[in-house]
Amino acid sequence: MADISNNFVGIKSPNPFWLASAPPTDKAYNVERAFKAGWGGVVWKTLGEEGPPVVNVNGPRYGAIWGADRRLLGLNNIELITDRDLYVNLREIKQVKKNWPDRAVVVSIMVPCEEAAWKAILPLVEETEADGIELNFGCPHGMSERGMGAAVGQVPEYIEMVARWCKANTRMPVIVKLTPNITDIRYPARAAKAGGADAVSLINTISSITSVNLDTFSPEPSIDGKGSHGGYCGPAVKPIALNMVAEIARDAETAGLPISGIGGITTWRDAAEFMALGAGNVQVCTAAMTYGFKIVEEMIAGLSNWMDVKGHKSLDDVIGRATPNVTDWQYLNLNYVTKASIDQDSCIKCGRCHIACEDTSHQAITSMVDGQRHFEVIEEECVGCNLCVNVCPVENCITMVPLKAGTKDKRTGKKVAKEYANWTTHPNNPSARDAAE
Amino acid sequence: MQSKQLADGIAAGRLPKGRIAENFADLHPPLAGHEAAVAADRCYFCYDAPCMTACPTSIDIPLFIRQIATGNVNGAAKTIFDQNILGGMCARVCPTETLCEEACVRETAEGKPVEIGLLQRHATDSLMAKNKHPYKRAKSTGKHVAVVGAGPAGLACAHRLAMHGHQVTIFESRKKPGGLNEFGIAAYKSTDDFAQAEVDFVLGIGGIDIKYGKPLGDTVTLDGLRSEYDAVFLGMGLSGVNALGLKGKDPQGVENAVDFIARLRQAKDKSKLAVGRRVVVIGGGMTAIDCAIQAKLLGAEEVTICYRRGQENMNASEFEQDLAASAGVSLRHWLKPVKLKAKGGVLTAVELEYTELKKGKLEGTGETVTIQADQLFRAIGQTLGEDDLGGAVELKKGRIRTKADGRTSLKDVWAGGDCTDQGEDLTVTAVAQGRDAAESIHKTLMG
Repeated sequence: MADISNNFVGIKSPNPFWLASAPPTDKAYNVERAFKAGWGGVVWKTLGEEGPPVVNVNGPRYGAIWGADRRLLGLNNIELITDRDLYVNLREIKQVKKNWPDRAVVVSIMVPCEEAAWKAILPLVEETEADGIELNFGCPHGMSERGMGAAVGQVPEYIEMVARWCKANTRMPVIVKLTPNITDIRYPARAAKAGGADAVSLINTISSITSVNLDTFSPEPSIDGKGSHGGYCGPAVKPIALNMVAEIARDAETAGLPISGIGGITTWRDAAEFMALGAGNVQVCTAAMTYGFKIVEEMIAGLSNWMDVKGHKSLDDVIGRATPNVTDWQYLNLNYVTKASIDQDSCIKCGRCHIACEDTSHQAITSMVDGQRHFEVIEEECVGCNLCVNVCPVENCITMVPLKAGTKDKRTGKKVAKEYANWTTHPNNPSARDAAE
Repeated sequence: MQSKQLADGIAAGRLPKGRIAENFADLHPPLAGHEAAVAADRCYFCYDAPCMTACPTSIDIPLFIRQIATGNVNGAAKTIFDQNILGGMCARVCPTETLCEEACVRETAEGKPVEIGLLQRHATDSLMAKNKHPYKRAKSTGKHVAVVGAGPAGLACAHRLAMHGHQVTIFESRKKPGGLNEFGIAAYKSTDDFAQAEVDFVLGIGGIDIKYGKPLGDTVTLDGLRSEYDAVFLGMGLSGVNALGLKGKDPQGVENAVDFIARLRQAKDKSKLAVGRRVVVIGGGMTAIDCAIQAKLLGAEEVTICYRRGQENMNASEFEQDLAASAGVSLRHWLKPVKLKAKGGVLTAVELEYTELKKGKLEGTGETVTIQADQLFRAIGQTLGEDDLGGAVELKKGRIRTKADGRTSLKDVWAGGDCTDQGEDLTVTAVAQGRDAAESIHKTLMG
């Protein structure tokens, strides 16, 4: 059996599946249920400074988009940080940690950008014996209007400054949660590292409007006819999050900085992908909010099974394994030639590959052969783009087959070269010509 | 109650009234909104969709399902009606399992096609419930077309002609419109007087008059219509029924299945309909199945379909055969009736001979079996009332010979539906032929 126990910046948990700071971790009742269900850890929903707690809207907080069969693909949220009293939260955190000593309890914090505010709250959190803190520099809605959340996360200097304050004022590990609502995720990550943060976690939610009510012309979720952008999460954001995790993992300045991966993780596969790209563990929210805490059973079993099958003994065998394979476009091998191939036995003849290729791509798939409905790749036209694979409703019906070196590419009439060759040396590249001259 | 159910002879009230009402409830209850959304989500929006090719009226099925999925249900209905103005009835009675749903790629993929028929019904019911006709007539052309028969072919033809601005008069032999939709379909497939509601919907286009009680051949003749109208469309279906071909007069208790089916559809209270305790149906098509199942639903104890060939030769679809079997009907094959046994002129049993194929020819084996029966239905096909046409139109195998656009041998006469050699005993085919003939008539009249 593979060992899936996790050690993230010294915080230990029996598995790498944490619940992200969000509605599911707002109070002891929910967190107790999560731990009973098997979650390895939680990041407690963000605490604010002492005093009257924030208030939430009293209308709908969530908007969504769905796929077929009304599967939730993306969720948008305008809920703020915890609206419960600070001391109630602290008491509950302490009790829960005492009840579940083997699980990770990290506390998310968001207070104004003043050192005094951080100095005031850190000892209170420390006293709960929580395992660490996560600085919420990510929430794009509501709190950002008050100079917190994403408003901090969008200014690398502030990130560095607050991270430094926290490191100076607590013994707890400091995780900086990053907002994706910036142009280049590497800058805030570098700032967190420069400030001494132990790790970063990402992504927080993405500024979004999920839909517009076409009867009232109000954005959804609608609060009395008006809407405000919310934070977008769920399966739809996973590709964005994966890229950002990879960007940080392969950046020379932040290489080695621990990352807690967040963003649309729904299954063990998603989690494994995040870890392969460099995440030391993962945090989940939307999937739990959609299906309940039980999904962690699938995640634990699925991850263990995959690791057993592949012979990975511990998470360290997996973490970062895909990072070296993320590169710049210019280094991709232009001598790697593939052709689509349709397995006629599994083809159900829906014709979507044909029409996608015919209407929008390279006219490389037939629809009729000898008067019969028949879908077949025309290798002379196929550029190997993979669109047909992606629109085909049957898994593995269409596959991309690499041409062996030495065989003729019927499209170009050229033999496939054995050597790796990329754009930097390609004759059509003006820079390459310049370099050669 | 038990004794009533098992009473010999042909009797009414074999089952309690409530039970009969339950038995004749909608075979496929309509999809509610959520069910329709789930069903619509399964459509792959195929290119050059096989379902559409399989539909005799070529309804753009992927488009209408996508319209349902995106909340444009009226638009979906319009997509259907553009091709098939009787799309509401076709959604109920089409053997989708041998047409669109058989061709559905998800049938290929998973053995579970998209529920196209039910989705079509969802859309058409929704628009029809609004009681607003979705089409406008073109400006009057001043042309007047006679249509014979207010069945699926005639109604589809009349509607398309009216859309193009022609005036239409329909001559219907019965006192009620609808043709087989009204008289020839199992009651559980068209509940709540849908056929009449649909006729009203079709007539909503305007410019169509129906004259009832006007069969061809009596006061209305083909020659008369040809001289009085700019064009004639024949869509009167088949009025004759094939005989069993046995010696002597049929005893009491022997009847045409189509008459029984019509009686069932017209009955206000089905518990008053009489049915035999032991019923035999001779035939292998949809009529035989509809007749047998309904006899069973009325409370007949034993119902047996006897077909002279094998199961694979039956015209009734596999789904329909299964439906009959699950209703408790016995389906027997390779049997042909040779003698009707009677006592006092009343049927008591039917003697059947086993058959087999010998060098491609169906022959009796000499071995017989006798099945007790107090009621027997003939469901062995229908024929054209040829005399009505006065011999003026060319026939082919007893039906009116037509070209693809519905033209007959007479230059001003078109035909469609079961009375033609292209007829398939299907509402949807009749609709397609009526519609296409209307287009051909329009083109011809407008030069």
